[in-house]
Amino acid sequence: MFAAENGLKGDPRLEAISAAIRVVPDFPKKGIMFQDITTLLLDHKAFKHTIDIFVDRYKDMQISVVAGVEARGFMFGPSIALAIGAKFIPLRKPGKLPGKVISESYELEYGHDRLEMHIGAVEPRERVIIIDDLVATGGTLSAAISLIESQEAEVVECACVIGLPEVKGQHKLKGKPLYVLVEPSGLDEFC
Amino acid sequence: MFAVENGLQGDPRLQAISDAIRVIPHFPKTGIMFQDITTLLLDPVAFKHVVDIFVARYKHMNISLVAGVEARGFIFGPPIALAIGAKFVPLRKPGKLPGRVISEEYELEYGSDRLEMSVEAVQSRERALVIDDLVATGGTLSASINLLERAGAEVVECACVVGLPKFKGQCRLKGKPLYVLVEPSQFDELTL
Repeated sequence: MFAAENGLKGDPRLEAISAAIRVVPDFPKKGIMFQDITTLLLDHKAFKHTIDIFVDRYKDMQISVVAGVEARGFMFGPSIALAIGAKFIPLRKPGKLPGKVISESYELEYGHDRLEMHIGAVEPRERVIIIDDLVATGGTLSAAISLIESQEAEVVECACVIGLPEVKGQHKLKGKPLYVLVEPSGLDEFC
Repeated sequence: MFAVENGLQGDPRLQAISDAIRVIPHFPKTGIMFQDITTLLLDPVAFKHVVDIFVARYKHMNISLVAGVEARGFIFGPPIALAIGAKFVPLRKPGKLPGRVISEEYELEYGSDRLEMSVEAVQSRERALVIDDLVATGGTLSASINLLERAGAEVVECACVVGLPKFKGQCRLKGKPLYVLVEPSQFDELTL
């Protein structure tokens, strides 16, 4: 579900966020129009809008955990967690977390990767949101949902700054709602 | 320079921060007492103290850019940047940043690694802060300082949550001041 479909239609902040995202063609390989959020982070106002919109949505939902996917989820998740009084849990590539972990495999275009989470970071019945910069196939977010649910916590929603248009409407990931701010920017929208 | 040497002696927030950091022995290898800040992030009060202390220090220093070192610097840097009205610039492992980058090599215990920064992220003469979770040898921070200076920025200070005791006093990294909140926590067998 896009923000524009859920009360924020015409909100000028969404246009500012979209305009601040740079498209880099053929990165990391030919054919991919990479949505570069680093330019959003350079625009203090637009970055603040991003955080404010998520905070407004989640602050009264009794969310006690924000889980962020390495590495770009780390750039958005902690600010949201701090503002809503929740814990922040990093979901990391294998071998980075020092304590006891559980891990979940997910598909890449070619091959697999794994996501890890510390055991004990999230407790049963906690209400969790998962954050990443962009959702494309949903593979990474699905792995993240599995990790959280394996600890008997509840994923309330997955939140991303950018999402492919396929996620409009009531699209869910493993039965969990998805909340997205903007669609991918086009190549000529960023000067 | 540690926070206690610079006005925060006795500040209870520093104790809360220190207590929230978990020590994992022999990670990533035997002999290393790893300072695990993920437990700090599970304590919203202590995590907020970290951000508040840095924000109070930097908000009137005309800092326009906060650079954070991948990946744990990405956790602390953006909340500080947002609170002081600065941009956030991620300093990343090779090949992660799209567009034009500059890169700087730094030493590891065995071998070397590289850190990259987007060239368009920095304007000349900007006042910058570099942030990471921990400083040990200073190699990563030194590479970060080099990247920012090569792009024309002025590094005002490097800031870390945890630092080895050798960074007490007027210790500088490539001539730049270093500001650290706490020393490494000790391993407490009772807590495991």
